[in-house]
Amino acid sequence: MPNYILHINGKERAVTADADTPLLWVLRDQLDLVGTKFGCGIAQCGACTVHLDGIAIRSCQMQVSFLDDVKITTIEGLSEDGKHPVQEAWKEIDVPQCGYCQAGQIMTATAFLNENKNPSEEEIREAMHGNICRCASYNRIEMAVKVAAEKML
Amino acid sequence: MKSQKIDNFNRRSFLKTSLLASGGMLIGFNLLSAFKLDAIMPVDIESLNFNDFNAFIRISEDGYITIFSPNPEIGQGVKTSMPMIIAEELDVDWSKVNVVQGALDSKNFTRQVAGGSQSIRSSWSAFRQTGATAKQMLINAAAIKWNVDASTCVAAKGIITNANGDKLGYGEVVKQAALLEVPVNIKLKEIKDFTIIGQEIVNVDIDKIITGKPLFGLDYKAVGMLHACVLRPPAFGQKLESFDDAKAKLVNGVSEVIKFGDKIAVLATSTWAAMKGKKALTATWINDSDFESTEKHNEVLTKILDGTKFDTRREDGNINEAFATADKVIERTYHSPFLPHNCLEPMNFYADVTAEKVHLVGPIQTPQWTVSRVAKLLERKEEEVFCEMTRMGGGFGRRLYGDFALEAAEISNLSKKPIKVIFSREDDMTAGTYRPSIKYRIKASIKDGKVTGYYLKEAAINGNMYGAIPNFFPAGCIPNFKVDTASHTSNITTGAWRAPYTNFLAFAEQSFFDELASELNIDTIQLRLDLLQNVKNTTDEKIEYSGQRMEDTIKLVREKANWGKVEEGVFQGFSAYYSHNTHVAEIADIVLQDGFPVIKKVTVAVDCGVVVNPSGARNQVEGGVIDGIGHAMFADFSFKEGKPDAQNFDTYRLIRMLETPKVKVHFVENNLSPTGLGEPGLPPAGGAVANAINAALGKRMYSQPFAKELEKTAALG
Repeated sequence: MPNYILHINGKERAVTADADTPLLWVLRDQLDLVGTKFGCGIAQCGACTVHLDGIAIRSCQMQVSFLDDVKITTIEGLSEDGKHPVQEAWKEIDVPQCGYCQAGQIMTATAFLNENKNPSEEEIREAMHGNICRCASYNRIEMAVKVAAEKML
Repeated sequence: MKSQKIDNFNRRSFLKTSLLASGGMLIGFNLLSAFKLDAIMPVDIESLNFNDFNAFIRISEDGYITIFSPNPEIGQGVKTSMPMIIAEELDVDWSKVNVVQGALDSKNFTRQVAGGSQSIRSSWSAFRQTGATAKQMLINAAAIKWNVDASTCVAAKGIITNANGDKLGYGEVVKQAALLEVPVNIKLKEIKDFTIIGQEIVNVDIDKIITGKPLFGLDYKAVGMLHACVLRPPAFGQKLESFDDAKAKLVNGVSEVIKFGDKIAVLATSTWAAMKGKKALTATWINDSDFESTEKHNEVLTKILDGTKFDTRREDGNINEAFATADKVIERTYHSPFLPHNCLEPMNFYADVTAEKVHLVGPIQTPQWTVSRVAKLLERKEEEVFCEMTRMGGGFGRRLYGDFALEAAEISNLSKKPIKVIFSREDDMTAGTYRPSIKYRIKASIKDGKVTGYYLKEAAINGNMYGAIPNFFPAGCIPNFKVDTASHTSNITTGAWRAPYTNFLAFAEQSFFDELASELNIDTIQLRLDLLQNVKNTTDEKIEYSGQRMEDTIKLVREKANWGKVEEGVFQGFSAYYSHNTHVAEIADIVLQDGFPVIKKVTVAVDCGVVVNPSGARNQVEGGVIDGIGHAMFADFSFKEGKPDAQNFDTYRLIRMLETPKVKVHFVENNLSPTGLGEPGLPPAGGAVANAINAALGKRMYSQPFAKELEKTAALG
């Protein structure tokens, strides 16, 4: 199996994996970064969302062999202390129920807010439409993104 | 195990204490039944023994409180609300309370109890008693130290004060308190004096969730563990004839392929290799029976409704006479499809079967049942089987069924290796335990402007919904009343789904009553209130709901939603339902965009007794309402030749952000014991939306999903 050097959360990590292995499974099985979740495997639910150079992508669709020149950020690397404004907003609004989808929701929200500093309600709803919350904590996700936007100004 | 046998309790005690080697006081207690009199209290935290106790409380010498509970979280927030109740009666600062789930990999692989929608209701009084008793023991210890009468001392926020104004912190008296006799008949606080219950407390696992710490079954790992993916018969009713694993074994990382029953497991060193290996298998299947299809189900269920073979679940008065003498009779039929649960964390389970023991770890709601079934399957003693529960990425009923744990146990037993079974989304959706397809036919008689007779027939697949709950609304409200049920047996696996029994029934009945109100030409809410008068003074002890509480709940939602006074272009629909011991009423506000209904807001009134944690409580109701709307609007799950048409979220539509209304939750204020909230918000939601759609379009919804019904209407022009 080929070797790869990945730039994850500010560190270089060496992994050995088949070229077609999705980043999701490299993170979870090899690097013990299990905050990134498996939900559907076909980029429909958003549970596996991570950042590549700051852009939110679905790690279940991203092959490990395509990642040598990018900086990868996972939920574990979003902040050093769990105090990124988006994480703080999630806590303030008490968003999670089962909590399984929330890392993906937070990663989607963070990438969105980095691009759009002052989003309207409709822009927030559109930005978060790709992430499924099976417990349907949608009202709180929407509210938390709004609160996070205010914190990031 | 370090332990200590002390005799500080009598037969009326429900808790035991010990002095921890580390100096703190440990309290063990049972929620529902008395523990064994010889139950032994541990003296170190590593030896907590959940066989004899449901939970433990440690009071440290620094005054900090730790609650150890083996109950994991399924998403309903009980891991936060239950400790709040203990902390309230114990009278400590919430900031000094820490909640720890019984540690995984503890030395003694503890037995655990399942939670569920009854959690708060069944444990309310036990938790309060435990907290209050522990507080009294601390006061008693301080009184002895001061040489004063305990009745002259009071405690608040972790500090005991005597008549002279002397103060001692809980931590300063734990050593003495741990060895005192456990007092009985302790007086509980007045509800008006609560300082923690009723506060907005954030989920206790929030920091772990927002930083991606391992919590869930899928996150669990053990040394030497292999990943297993399983190929199961693609259609219900099929058996395995033969298979070829040559290509699967060539996949990098695949170590073994194992046939068990009609299934084939691929074991590999990574999840990806196991998934690839599974895809590389080829198999041929034998068709054991006639294939199931939605077309056939519809025919069979309609035939049942047209027939005469039913079990009668409740009968009042004489419906035949009511129908014969009626001014008008109306009859409607309602249909629902099968529903998969689609927990976002797919089914998974870890098993390590060795000569000494069977170790199981994973997300499951029924650990004890799983232990029994695994012991039987592997022909092992139950004492050798240990099942640990992880946090669950959703349950909705699916994790009551331990099929995935049994698979894991069988594969580990055959391979002699620690393994974790993981379902792909396609496995999860197609090898489900579905909410069965159901049809209801409801008939009512109207005489002199009143509803005089009500006859509901249910045709369901694999068991009956209404069979378990024939004493809900409108039972007791209508003098001539009958409920009949019948079932068709299918080889599709079926089971409980969020708000079992009522998740579809509530829609059917609440839509029907809305139509009855139109027939009677009276306000739909007034019709419910009029009917409820008949049940208020009922002598029928089987009636489960309260006419008065339902009336109060309905009046609250009517006021909060500005019923009938909304701006032009907004259409409202009302629905109310009692289930899981909680009364709920909902009003949906919709507008039309390009002729299609868009749900903007749902106002909800809930009577769940005392609200322990308003933040968690509102979250449950908001989620339940949106979940109910999502499934009523979009969920379509049909079978052809024994196979589900939908396999993943590209072909099965779950509700997403842009389709969600704002849910505004209001609680009826009272001092009654708290009841569950994980489920009761869901059942009324479909009816509220259907009735609002009718208000907007003059079109009644008789089948779920509504989106499909609306598309048909649009196509007809």
